[in-house]
Amino acid sequence: MSGPNTDYDPVEVTPLKADQVEAMREAALTAIADAADLEALKQVRLDHAGDRSPIALANREIGALPPQARKEAGQRVGQARGAINQAIAARQAVLEAEHEERMLVEETVDVSLPTTRRRRGGRHPLTLQSELIADLFVAMGYEVAEGPVVEAEWLNFDALNLGPDHPARTMQDTFWTEPADDHVVLRTQTSPVQARTMLTRTPPIYVVCPGRVFRTDEYDATHSPMFHQVEGLVVDEGITMAHLKGTLDHFASQLFGDGITTRFRPSYFPFTEPSAEVDVKCFVCRGGEGVAECRTCRGEGWIEWGGCGVVNPRVLVACGVDPEVYSGFAFGMGIDRSFMFRHDLEDLRPLFEGDVRFSSAFGTEI
Amino acid sequence: MKAPLSWVLDHVDVPEGTTTEEITDRLTLTGLKLEAVESPGREITGPLVIGRVLTKEPEPQKNGKTINWCTVDVGDANGTGEPQGIVCGAHNFEPGDLVVTVLPGGVLPGGFEIGARKTYGHLSAGMICSARELGLGDDHDGIIVLPADAGEPGQDVRPVLGLDEETIELEVNPDRAYALSIRGIAREVLVSVEGATGFRDPALRDTPPANDDGHPVVVEDAEGCPVFVARKVTGFDPTAPTPDFMVRRITAAGMRPISLAVDVTNYVMLETGRPIHGYDADKVQGALVVRRAREGETLTTLDGTKRTLDPADLVVTDDSGIIGLGGVMGGETTEISDTTTTVLVEAAHWDAVSMFRTGRRHKITSEAGKRNERGVDPTICEAAADRVVELLVEHGGGQADPGVTVVGTPPAMPVVEVPGDLAARVSGMPITEERSVECLRAVGCEVSVDGGGAGTLSVTPPPWRPDLTDAQDFSEEVIRLVGYDKVPSVLPTPPSGRGLTRPQQLRRRIGRTLAGEGFVEVVSFPFVGAADLDALGLTAEDPRRDLLQLSNPLSAEAGFMTTTLLPGVLRAAGKNVGHGNTDVAIFETGTVTLPRHSGPAAILPVDRRPTDDEFAALDAALPAQPLHLALVAAGDAVAGGWWGEARPVSWADAVDAVRAVAEALGLEVTASSVELAPWHPGRCAELSVDGVVVGHAGEVHPTVCEAFGLPKRTVAAEVDLDLLIERAVHLRKAPTFSSYPVAKEDVALVVDASVPAAAVEAALREGAGELLESIRLFDVYTGDQVGEGKKSLAYALRFRAPDRTLKEGEAAAARDAAVALAAERTGAVQRA
Ligand SMILES: [Zn+2]
Repeated sequence: MSGPNTDYDPVEVTPLKADQVEAMREAALTAIADAADLEALKQVRLDHAGDRSPIALANREIGALPPQARKEAGQRVGQARGAINQAIAARQAVLEAEHEERMLVEETVDVSLPTTRRRRGGRHPLTLQSELIADLFVAMGYEVAEGPVVEAEWLNFDALNLGPDHPARTMQDTFWTEPADDHVVLRTQTSPVQARTMLTRTPPIYVVCPGRVFRTDEYDATHSPMFHQVEGLVVDEGITMAHLKGTLDHFASQLFGDGITTRFRPSYFPFTEPSAEVDVKCFVCRGGEGVAECRTCRGEGWIEWGGCGVVNPRVLVACGVDPEVYSGFAFGMGIDRSFMFRHDLEDLRPLFEGDVRFSSAFGTEI
Repeated sequence: MKAPLSWVLDHVDVPEGTTTEEITDRLTLTGLKLEAVESPGREITGPLVIGRVLTKEPEPQKNGKTINWCTVDVGDANGTGEPQGIVCGAHNFEPGDLVVTVLPGGVLPGGFEIGARKTYGHLSAGMICSARELGLGDDHDGIIVLPADAGEPGQDVRPVLGLDEETIELEVNPDRAYALSIRGIAREVLVSVEGATGFRDPALRDTPPANDDGHPVVVEDAEGCPVFVARKVTGFDPTAPTPDFMVRRITAAGMRPISLAVDVTNYVMLETGRPIHGYDADKVQGALVVRRAREGETLTTLDGTKRTLDPADLVVTDDSGIIGLGGVMGGETTEISDTTTTVLVEAAHWDAVSMFRTGRRHKITSEAGKRNERGVDPTICEAAADRVVELLVEHGGGQADPGVTVVGTPPAMPVVEVPGDLAARVSGMPITEERSVECLRAVGCEVSVDGGGAGTLSVTPPPWRPDLTDAQDFSEEVIRLVGYDKVPSVLPTPPSGRGLTRPQQLRRRIGRTLAGEGFVEVVSFPFVGAADLDALGLTAEDPRRDLLQLSNPLSAEAGFMTTTLLPGVLRAAGKNVGHGNTDVAIFETGTVTLPRHSGPAAILPVDRRPTDDEFAALDAALPAQPLHLALVAAGDAVAGGWWGEARPVSWADAVDAVRAVAEALGLEVTASSVELAPWHPGRCAELSVDGVVVGHAGEVHPTVCEAFGLPKRTVAAEVDLDLLIERAVHLRKAPTFSSYPVAKEDVALVVDASVPAAAVEAALREGAGELLESIRLFDVYTGDQVGEGKKSLAYALRFRAPDRTLKEGEAAAARDAAVALAAERTGAVQRA
């Protein structure tokens, strides 16, 4: 730092002359405006505002001036320095913004590139269909009942009014197990779950039981030794066929669409009396125009859906329910079959072939 | 049951103009579902008329054949009235004969279009038809020559040949055996079709009274054979042809015409529902005796099969021994043949259960057996036998023998008390007692309204309805006649449900978790064979070889219920790879069958609830059937692409998928090394939760990979989900976090290669104490720098106190304590 110097002639201090300071300022502002990028601006800052810049050197000389001249020179230099720093800051902001913008442009990617790095999983459509059906009934207040697939003969047949010599036993081609006198079968229907339910719960009973069942059918486009059924069972006071019809109409409209109803035809099942076949109105043509060409219902307007009826009092007795107090209804449908016509599948085999392309098509909900 | 409609309408009248469709619609709605309507001429269109042959000029041809150039009078059917010139290759006719002529524009079965065409030097305008060309059978011995009184030339020939006769095929449920007859179907038409009247029961006829002059019959087992009627026709002409109408009806009903005597018995069976057996009387020696077979007795039945009989089989014998399996199939020795001149007719009522058992035992399905095992009207034996005699006499030129043997009486039908309002209570429809009575009488029941007290009907079912035994059976009869279509639609009101059970919810959660992990669900059949388990490389002692055997599998190679889901998923994965989907990850959940060899599942009574002990014993007799999960992954876990290299699946993916499932249930899995097929002996993890082994995961043994068509390094896991689900954490506690700063310490430890990382980690955790927040293994190194048989494990440790900032050196002290314990437990040495 320079202290006061009495020997020094202030007139001789050239850098502090007004035109000189003005020139420094002009030179600095021009250089700042000309700085093309942050790097250049950094150099400009060193050259025109740094410790060794002319204006900084000039500032050092102020102390050498006589006191009366200091004020004016100080003001002059101070203003010039302020203007220069301000200009640098402004230029800095502009250049930084430009830089930022350029960087973002440079970082542009092709967002159309494939992004699937991980495999997508999926659940089996029959699982999804079973859950969907269970949910429809759970929403009505039903519970979901379950039972084993390897089942006691008594529960699969006898308890359901299918005695050992019942002709209807030949209607169902049963897988039997060894040793034969163990009386164990692969369940041919989900109905043994009904029996189990009545044996383990007290009415009112409102349950639905989806599950796997087995028949000795050769495997082809329309038959499988294993398939899926859903059965419903209601046991309560005053239950009638009308309640059965109401329930199945509701089920049909929930599964196939508003306005889809059912039709009953007399039939025979040992565990129900009266018994009925259930047809569901074709949800594609609705039996209207186009029914003749309809592939889904093959021109019938109706699709065979399942069987149902009023629980045979004999079944109630065998399962410990008093038929004088309670009555009930039961129904059963093929889940695979329902899936097939709901999703336009003609050959059932893809359901059991394990090709991931099939299950994947349905994702995790249907 | 296939029923020619004209035959049905011989026995009941429907209002003029009632269409076939109207009839079958009604039958369908009341319980006889229409399967199909067929007619022999349904494929024939265009002019098919009676023609009279005017001239017939034989013309030998160069190829050695002789054709006939004919002129045929077809009346005005050809539009000109002029004779039609037709070339005919057959020779079995003469001028003056009436023949079946199809004119140009007609189409015969198989889409064979008839036109006028030049042939053998003539313009042949039409064709004279054979039975085969009309689709009426295989007879191609020549053209059809019609009877002289068949009609006038030019008339449509269809009615003459019965070509338009429709046959309705109805599905008959096992409880409605009476509908396996024209009689039963006609009765259904009567009660179902609006305005139908005039039912004429083919089994209602005056029959001659029984006398002592008939063939002697002894019934030793009246329970098995309550009624036995025998009649005889003598002087029968075995060459007499079966009349056309009978051939047509039998054929339309789906049976094969054989000879007049056999055809008549079948015709009467179809008409009345009562199976009839005919014997060649000259081959029967002495009295017919009905009894049960004796141990070791044999019989060669009509189908040529020699059968060893069961003591429960009902048989008919004569002095020579057994001559028939009663009600099921006759024997060879007394079979009617083309020399039979005396026919012995048997119309007997057999016990349905015996019929069912014998049919099943000997695997015989026959039209007679089908009816006898479902129950036939026991009161019509005499009428049916009489009808057979009548037809044999009429068409076979014989005489009815005056002897009439009738043994036994039809069992009486039970009287059933039926509440008068039952139909209303069951159906939910306002059906009055009067309406119920009306319907029950319509189906043939006798109803007494004041027999059983107020509001109760005493109902006797008709003898052809053995299925009507319970009160509720009668309500079905009422409701089906009132109409199932009239049942209103009413939703019941269930009590509040509890939703899905927790295991049901968790199973769904597991499926979604695995789908989220990139696995696709498959469903396989649970059938396996020894070869599948061999392919897994299971040892002879492996408990998974204890399989439940099926008595009647669809294939011998898959004759057991599986104990593991692995064969199914490995096969499915192999198939996907075979289809070119080389990067595949699949899973399956399902029950497996683990035999308990705990003895028979009792056949309990059905007239009461089983006791709790009886019910529990049933369950105990069944195999254990835990729910399993199996998964397989092959190929790349992460595909290669613009983002970088592919990452192939590794054993760790299989373990991690199971961990993901367990975490979804709030559970933590620990893994330890084990050797187990089908896994790689050095890359199989035994997975435990709370110290219980729940499953296994790892890399599949290369030999197993090869067996299933999978690439090496395929990975798999199998887990018992029941074990996981029963341990699932129900309510998880909300966590709390410390907001004080973390202190990080890294350590690298060198241990023997055989020391499990899990053991080192456990020691570090314990040694580090409460301040340890987390520990992560971030590097495993083997190589020169640590020496042979050693590995270096590098861990990142994070320390934090819940209530304060850690003091200088506190974390380092905890780290040193951790290392010290690891050194003590596992021999770990801190790497410099
Ligand atoms: Zn349709």
